[in-house]
Amino acid sequence: MMAPDTEHDVTPGPPLWLLAELTYRCPLQCPYCSNPLDFAAHRDELTTDEWRDVLRQSRALGAAQLGFSGGEPLVRDDLEALVAEARELGFYTNLITSGLGLDSARITALQAAGLDHIQISLQAADDDLAAAVAGAPRAHAKKLAMARAVKAAGYPMVLNVVLHRHNIDDIDRLIALCDELGADAVELATCQHYGWAQLNRAGLLPSRAQVEAAEAATGRWRERLAARGRDMRLLFVVPDYYAERPKACMGGWGSLFMTVAPDGAVLPCHSARELPMAFPTVREQSLAAIWQESAAFNRFRGDAWMSPTCRDCDERHHDYGGCRCQAYLLTGDPAATDPVCARSPDHGVIEAARDEAARDGRGLDGLVARNVRASRVFCRQ
Amino acid sequence: MNAARVFRLRPGWRLQWEPAQGRHVLLYPEGMVQLNDSAGAVLGLVDGRRDLAAILSALGERFPEAETLADDVHEFLAEALAQGWIRDTEAT
Ligand code: SF4
Ligand code: SF4
Repeated sequence: MMAPDTEHDVTPGPPLWLLAELTYRCPLQCPYCSNPLDFAAHRDELTTDEWRDVLRQSRALGAAQLGFSGGEPLVRDDLEALVAEARELGFYTNLITSGLGLDSARITALQAAGLDHIQISLQAADDDLAAAVAGAPRAHAKKLAMARAVKAAGYPMVLNVVLHRHNIDDIDRLIALCDELGADAVELATCQHYGWAQLNRAGLLPSRAQVEAAEAATGRWRERLAARGRDMRLLFVVPDYYAERPKACMGGWGSLFMTVAPDGAVLPCHSARELPMAFPTVREQSLAAIWQESAAFNRFRGDAWMSPTCRDCDERHHDYGGCRCQAYLLTGDPAATDPVCARSPDHGVIEAARDEAARDGRGLDGLVARNVRASRVFCRQ
Repeated sequence: MNAARVFRLRPGWRLQWEPAQGRHVLLYPEGMVQLNDSAGAVLGLVDGRRDLAAILSALGERFPEAETLADDVHEFLAEALAQGWIRDTEAT
């Protein structure tokens, strides 16, 4: 519901959202993880005091929504202290977690610190599939127990399920599970292909028939829930690969969102680290200078940078030419029209990707798991 | 919408003045509703104790120049209920 600015000069408004990626460490190994492939190269995490300073600076700039994410943010034992600081500053504080590392003592401590909301991600509707996706045998049961504990503590709870070809056909059971767990909202998001998900794309992308069936099932659930008076919002995110137009990525580059990565790099979105450009860090510059003046944040503001296809298009203030990361990953040019757009001269790569995925017969065990060992392969020497 | 019911914000949601935006916002899990002046003024009176009449009289005190507020406020609260921003309960 955050309406993007309607003006399109290059003077940025305040960043309304801060995503604080506290760490790249995570006990799970989801093959669609959006962390950078070379996450193992960025091990020098900001200290507690550095994070406190990031919170103060971003709040002063106008950020109001704060997500603590990662990796798995619960790996940091200063999470409670950071939540308390953030709440004190007036942030609405969201914890975005796999649920692993949570227990009732921490739920209580986080509540005492003032945490506003917990989002837990589920991998599947049952133990076996969840274990195969996350590469962890007992994670699913633990997540369910934690989701129940979160609701029992009185938090609003959003459940997030990343959908791909191996779990999307279970949509009815997934929604039923979320309903049973008492979710206030459910994000059913087919994975976006950045990071590890791009690497594993051919083995993850569902077919058009699968997506359409899942969307229809979600629609039936909306009616059923409404008939019961059950207020559980269902958000279904169609994969870009089956859309005609790209998403208005992040509401525009450097327009509403700011991500601070575990080592202090400041990014316009959590995938931007994959782009062939340098991002300033909070260890070198103030957040205000980075947001307002850095070459990185100004690079794709306004529309002067756009490809001729977008610059002449009457929809350019609607989707801002799509996603820069996707443009780069699929065309090699970060300023290209997002190839998801049917008007893009590169749109053929999307069809080719769908065909490639249709021919890919790998099971989950054939995909590259997101872990430190695999990441080292991608680290720049 | 029964006039004797009291209104409160949906549990876990928060109304807040944001100096950087120069307006009230309603903050909820992973989202934000940006409010205009009158919506901010009405929601500021949604406190779990006031019913419609109490909200109207508080608004009347604060904005004596505004005349026929009742319909607008009623309509806004109905919309806020439908959107799930607020809840109404029996006065206790
Ligand atoms: S997507 Fe999976 S592996 Fe990546 S941070 Fe989240 S829980 Fe960990
Ligand atoms: S051509 Fe560019 S601006 Fe136009 S719809 Fe496609 S991506 Fe959006």
